[in-house]
Amino acid sequence: MVELVLFLPAAALALAGALGVVTARRPVHSALALLAVLVALACLYLLLWAPFVAVLQVIVYAGAIVVLFLFVIMLLHMQPGEPPGEDLRLQRPTAVALGALFLVGLAAVVSGGRSAAPAVRPPAAAPPTPGFGSPEAVGQALFTRFLLPVELAALILLIGMVGAVVLAKGALAVRVPSPAARPTEAAEAEGEARAPEAVAAP
Amino acid sequence: MTVPLAYYLVLGAALFAIGMTGVLVRRNALVVFMAIELMLNSVNLTFVAFARALGTLDGQLAVVFTIVVAGVEVVVGLALIVEIFRARRSVNLDEVHLLRG
Repeated sequence: MVELVLFLPAAALALAGALGVVTARRPVHSALALLAVLVALACLYLLLWAPFVAVLQVIVYAGAIVVLFLFVIMLLHMQPGEPPGEDLRLQRPTAVALGALFLVGLAAVVSGGRSAAPAVRPPAAAPPTPGFGSPEAVGQALFTRFLLPVELAALILLIGMVGAVVLAKGALAVRVPSPAARPTEAAEAEGEARAPEAVAAP
Repeated sequence: MTVPLAYYLVLGAALFAIGMTGVLVRRNALVVFMAIELMLNSVNLTFVAFARALGTLDGQLAVVFTIVVAGVEVVVGLALIVEIFRARRSVNLDEVHLLRG
């Protein structure tokens, strides 16, 4: 009963925030609505005995990703609203109708309609053991059974970091000299290469 | 578990549908990106709900990796959006329909 009392406001906040993300005119409001969704989902994770995931959600999503979104929004100085002039006139009503249809179908399946998959109705959920979802339990599993995925995740993070730096540097990073300009640039490069020796010699 | 699993699954389905509609409707690249984050989060909720219902930790571990991948995706995607904005002074997705700068 207590769980239901906590579930309903969090679910309502998540739904309202999701609608806000999609319907807000200003991107900043979308980002703040996304923040509300993320915090509400963190509350639901706590209800589901996943404290580690809940903290991770708040730190990584709400703390880092939303801030990154806000930074980019401020960097780009976006105008509110959608740009005028649509290429496809029926795009919006069709998308909304298809989204509603998708929701009805998905909800019918997962809520256990006439032919629910057996996995949707598991045998009575076992009461979780005291350490279920704790950092100890998650860390134990991550560094034993999921060691290879953890290493791959580290590699992905590294690739993402390098990619972001390369993209953000943009024109500065890759400057291919044109054939005409090559001799002078080569001379400059030689000069730069020689300069440190000159400094280091005395 | 006093809240039935189906409640969480329906909530996840609703969030996913809203996010999907947002991707289809909005033309601001940043808002579309946020809608994609919404869809990722709805799937995360489903993972955690199933982990709780089945009494195993695997769903929560999947969420950890989803969060890692989502973080990387946001970093690279936002860098791309900034690049597109630099090139065309706009993040309207309808204007970005060529695979060249």
